Amino acid sequence: MDYDVLIIGAGMSGLAAGIRSAYYGKKVCIVEKHHRVGGLNSFYNRGERKFDVGLHAMTNYVPKGVKLAPLPKLLRQLKLKAEDFALYPQRMSVIKFPDKTLRFNNDFGFFVQEVVDNFPRQADNFQKLLKSIFEYDELNLHAKPISARAVFSSFLSDPLLCDMIFCPLMFYGNAQEHDMEFGQFVIMFKSIFYEGFARPQAGVRQVLDVLVKKYKSCGGELKMRCAVTSLKCSNGRVESILLENGGVLTADTILSSIGYVETMKLLTDPDSSAFNCHAGQLSFVEFILVLNKEPAEMGYNTTITFYNNSGRFNYRKPDELVDVSCGVICCPNNFQFENPLPEGIIRITNLANFDLWNRLGEEEYRAQKAAWLETMLQEVVKFVPDFRDSIVFTDIFTPKTIHKFTGHINGAVYGTPNKIKTGRTHLDNLFICGTDQGFLGIVGAMLSGISMANFHVLQKG
Amino acid sequence: MTKEQIKDKILEIIAQIMPDEDLSNLKGDIPIREQVELDSMDFLDIIMELRKRYGIEVPEDDYVHLATLDGSVVYLEPRMKNI
Repeated sequence: MDYDVLIIGAGMSGLAAGIRSAYYGKKVCIVEKHHRVGGLNSFYNRGERKFDVGLHAMTNYVPKGVKLAPLPKLLRQLKLKAEDFALYPQRMSVIKFPDKTLRFNNDFGFFVQEVVDNFPRQADNFQKLLKSIFEYDELNLHAKPISARAVFSSFLSDPLLCDMIFCPLMFYGNAQEHDMEFGQFVIMFKSIFYEGFARPQAGVRQVLDVLVKKYKSCGGELKMRCAVTSLKCSNGRVESILLENGGVLTADTILSSIGYVETMKLLTDPDSSAFNCHAGQLSFVEFILVLNKEPAEMGYNTTITFYNNSGRFNYRKPDELVDVSCGVICCPNNFQFENPLPEGIIRITNLANFDLWNRLGEEEYRAQKAAWLETMLQEVVKFVPDFRDSIVFTDIFTPKTIHKFTGHINGAVYGTPNKIKTGRTHLDNLFICGTDQGFLGIVGAMLSGISMANFHVLQKG
Repeated sequence: MTKEQIKDKILEIIAQIMPDEDLSNLKGDIPIREQVELDSMDFLDIIMELRKRYGIEVPEDDYVHLATLDGSVVYLEPRMKNI
């Protein structure tokens, strides 16, 4: 065997799994097809400007000293210090719907009060809902999926409050249209409302640099621009890993972070029963707008605005290229940084349709990007100060871009709606980690890599 | 290693896994998890450190013997006496 463990994909989960395995003496190799680490949470440059992909904010933020929460848990598991990620908490975020606004920051009591003040008739029911959220064991890998909408409607009678709570949780980590699995819901609810948002000053690069450095210091090997073309199977195991560069590798255990269906497509003899899982449909466009001033100078201090401007909040694959009626407006400047960022930035995320974008010819693709930028701007200035005259640079990525750089089918950033919580596949030595295992968000992705390495690599001896 | 040395090594491992915990009052006969905020992931790291440092393999069925400090010393003594 060339390696004890081979990990496909150098994103958050792959790197975390790599650190755990390598720290405890396993011979590990991570293969990454891109020339850059990060996967769904990566970065790029345009001239001197540095941009993040994915990360708006890191969820699950708790201050140093809190012990029993996902973030400190993962820091301990990865042998990192709280300072390593250099996180700065958010200022204030809002959920804005036509008739109501709910604000939240990293103080859970503040959010609860906002709900009580805005929905006084739902106050008691909301407390009951909170009780059921905090009593639920969301980390049980064997729990049966239940509908979060169903749980909600058994407690709350106001659909507007349901929609407003679902809105941020769905945008930041739901692979399913309209509804959400309750376990996923509980994870997202705690990570966003109970814990909170923070961001490193240097963005996602900070987190990735720390992970790569740690992984290499533990003796892990990282092969970049090294795509896997197929996994050769026999006797219920992956026997060897074939690479695009013609190389062949062998490993005792394989952890794949590239998605479940995406992994199954690499198998040389796909067992049809393995495809009981659908590819995800939900993808996004993101508009990145650089401004010639700080958004705070225009009176905009909000960290993240989740907006919806239609009757009901509709989280689904839109019938058009983009659905601008709801979305996320993130302002990376509005975290409690010690020094301001070099420029003002506003990032806007909307639901988008992969098939429609993918069908466009090159010229039409460019034209549609420009047209939807205008449409989107007209909509979002209803929710934030009109910053259109301050824009000095724009960049846009679409579901097609996501597909191209991450390999995710349909550009589905949150993967399949049917999560493989145990990480097991029909092959004895092939496991899934990351997005399709089911712990979402950046902290979730790292925890996914950690738990899968713990269960399937370390506990086996 | 003597019993006392083994106990010190276990405490050293726990201190490394949980650098912010005060371990000076840890009682030997009460489960470690009832005294410090140690979850199953941290517990796995004790097992992993034993393997990494001393080459000791603790099968999953034996994890229960490591619940308390005293229990751990008894369980590890025959396995560490020649180290």
